[in-house]
Amino acid sequence: MILIALAYLGFFAVAGLMLVLLERRIAAWFQLRIGPNRVGPQGLLQTMADALKLVSKELTGTVKADKFLYNLAPYFVIITSLMALAVFPFSQKIQAFDINIGIFFLIAISSIGVIGILLGGWASNNKYSLIGAMRSGVQTISYELSVGLSLLTMILLTGSLQLSEIVETQKHGWLIVQGHVPAIIAFMIYMIAGTAETNRAPFDLVEAESELGAGFHTEYSGMKFAYFFLAEFINMFIIAAIATTVFFGAWLSPFGITESIPWLGVFWFLLKAMVLVFLMMWFRWTFPRLRIDQLLTLEWKYLLPINLVNIILMALLVWNNLIIKF
Amino acid sequence: MSYFSEIYNGIKTLLTGMSVTGKYFLHSRKGAITQQYPDNRATLKMFDRFRGEVIMPHDENNEHRCTGCQKCEIACPNGSIEIIWDRGIDEYTGKKKKNIDKFVYHLSLCTMCGLCIDACPTDAIIWGQNFENSVYDRTKLTRVLNRPGSKLAPGVED
Amino acid sequence: MEEATVIDKNFKTEPYQINMGPQHPATHGVLNLLLTIDGEIIKKVEPDLGYIHRSIEKMCEADSYQQIVHLTDRMDYLSANINNEAVCLVVEKALELEVPDRVKVIRTIIGELTRISSHCLWWGVMGMDVGALTTYFYGFRDREMLNDIFEETCGARLTMNYNVPGGLMFDIHPNFVKRVKKFIKHFKTKIPEYDRLLTGNVIFQKRTKGVGVLSKEDAISFGTSGPVARASGVSCDVRKHHPYSALDRVTFKEALKTEGDTFARYQVRIMELWESLSIVEQLIDNIPEGEYREKTNAVIKLPKGEYYQKVETARGELGVYVISTGTKNPYRFKFRSPGFSNLSALNHMAVGGKIGDLVAIMATLDLVIPDIDR
Repeated sequence: MILIALAYLGFFAVAGLMLVLLERRIAAWFQLRIGPNRVGPQGLLQTMADALKLVSKELTGTVKADKFLYNLAPYFVIITSLMALAVFPFSQKIQAFDINIGIFFLIAISSIGVIGILLGGWASNNKYSLIGAMRSGVQTISYELSVGLSLLTMILLTGSLQLSEIVETQKHGWLIVQGHVPAIIAFMIYMIAGTAETNRAPFDLVEAESELGAGFHTEYSGMKFAYFFLAEFINMFIIAAIATTVFFGAWLSPFGITESIPWLGVFWFLLKAMVLVFLMMWFRWTFPRLRIDQLLTLEWKYLLPINLVNIILMALLVWNNLIIKF
Repeated sequence: MSYFSEIYNGIKTLLTGMSVTGKYFLHSRKGAITQQYPDNRATLKMFDRFRGEVIMPHDENNEHRCTGCQKCEIACPNGSIEIIWDRGIDEYTGKKKKNIDKFVYHLSLCTMCGLCIDACPTDAIIWGQNFENSVYDRTKLTRVLNRPGSKLAPGVED
Repeated sequence: MEEATVIDKNFKTEPYQINMGPQHPATHGVLNLLLTIDGEIIKKVEPDLGYIHRSIEKMCEADSYQQIVHLTDRMDYLSANINNEAVCLVVEKALELEVPDRVKVIRTIIGELTRISSHCLWWGVMGMDVGALTTYFYGFRDREMLNDIFEETCGARLTMNYNVPGGLMFDIHPNFVKRVKKFIKHFKTKIPEYDRLLTGNVIFQKRTKGVGVLSKEDAISFGTSGPVARASGVSCDVRKHHPYSALDRVTFKEALKTEGDTFARYQVRIMELWESLSIVEQLIDNIPEGEYREKTNAVIKLPKGEYYQKVETARGELGVYVISTGTKNPYRFKFRSPGFSNLSALNHMAVGGKIGDLVAIMATLDLVIPDIDR
């Protein structure tokens, strides 16, 4: 058990670093420039160099900061991110923790992550951090509703919250195909709400660099800042992985072409997750940022009503057996 | 209803925006405008009129064209040029004439305005193209532009 | 049923003062803003200037007129050529010197190219301030082509110092016309791309429509000029009302809008990009032959009196006022900078909005702080 945990930890720590580098290079290609390509071949060791730099920095803290909460905050964020990785079915055999309330567990874990941000902002004893943390709290609790409801729409098709069961039902065709119209709407809402959950652009006014300083992690330096930063990237991967599992059939290949080679499942899972991560990066580098009241208007006046109507629509479809099954 | 048309128009404009950045992403190999600077020094060529620093060209007999008229020193707005001169006898005509001992140029003060080069009547100073002027010791930025042992080319009058 | 618990009616909030300090990615230079905010709503904005004051006007009193030209490069560095032109025009007006046609046409072409370059940078930074980080690079890519044109002709990319009283320092490079034509063709395909990326975007329009409204009467009473005033309906383009250099021979439309909000200011500047392109196109094909410099004395002395000249920089109306007592240095040299008056309207526009709105308003005011704090 401990070995599996250590293996996951090692793999995903390195994966997190690779994601950071990938983001920087993709951002550069959108912006007509070449990303980091000097440290190591094609810049592969760049994040290693950055991590070494962060480790060697002095851990400053403000005098009047609440010491216990200030030190505790980054751990909330990184631990919840890594915990959520345990339930994903990377392949038929590779799944660390297959509980029967899989989806519910994931949503609950992401709610705990919010506490870390609020603690970080409050404990820094800095006006800018406080404003940033408050904005983030409001944003995350609103968008969790949309994430939950759009996932619930897909659960209507499978009848079970357990992740391996969800993949079993997708052997008759991916869920986004089975549920045609309402599933596509649910996917679009999920992508928007998922990007908002992870505080990424266009919903990133929490850490808006052009507005007040750097938001809730202004006062953090060194390894603690690295935790916040890494947690953001791993969260992005988690959102993409949830979408892959629920909408796109985790490790199943399209039309069942490589069913005979079971270990290829990992490759399919990662490929689908990477495509969704690329989509999130594309959003970040194209759109301007929303203001806080526009963000909340989007959620409560647009996404939530559409979500509720969508659930009813999907329920009607399942009841009358109008879904597409292969 | 305007609710739905608002949503539809909104999504359409967002997709148009994404298509613009997507197009640049696909052409990123050829389109990148970054120049990998220290590696491309061999092929880097500045424009002719580029203002790097002020230099005084000497020909093959180690002669320059500066007669010491001090017009550049007066034209310079902040005193980056100092000329140390002396009166001597001109060897060709036998009359008294100014000649320069040292043409001191403070690169650290120069604002690259070009007024000195504009004011010079004999084209003694021109723009050089070297821009890599960073040094560790500030005294190296005070240069003497005329080379040791050089003298005025014959026939240059101001 | 007992009554609900009594809420403490003395629970009050108080506004809090925050410093959007001199080093800040959104304030385009060293500007300190003292904001008094209540939650997210702004109650008062007080700009605190002076961090980059270099006493340019005092230095002008000790310099000769050719030397003053190179100091104006460093005031509003994004429209450096137009500032130089202003000083040269005031000296030529005082000496009653007539410059050749070739000089006038070239000065206008280079002035309009400078305006395009400044607006390209403005567009890139505007996108960056509202959050779309890729627009910065697209704006700078187009600006690089212009910088190459300037470097080939004048020798420098930012502080050009190409105009001298009496004409130009040297003639244009033989490649100038060819490069400018290539740039015009390239840029005409880029402005629609800018529109597709930012102007039409629903998020951007929601961020900027109805934000920071400045009515026509307020625009006139604060003394704003340039695109800020034109977006509120005040027709104040110096190029139309008091034309200088070759601007009386070209036809162009003045960009006017009436709403006065941030989106209107944005649209006015995009319209100005099209108009400047058309001015350059009209002039580039027939640059008259002739001298590029009129001879003046080495030591210029203006006759006794007061002289004023105004030009339209990319930010607004720049005025140059000289008092001369007949010696070779002016007695007093005063610049009326457009940014200073535009900044004074900031408090009026930002009160009642949120901090995100303040950032968007400052991006459209297009302030360059060295221009304000000479």
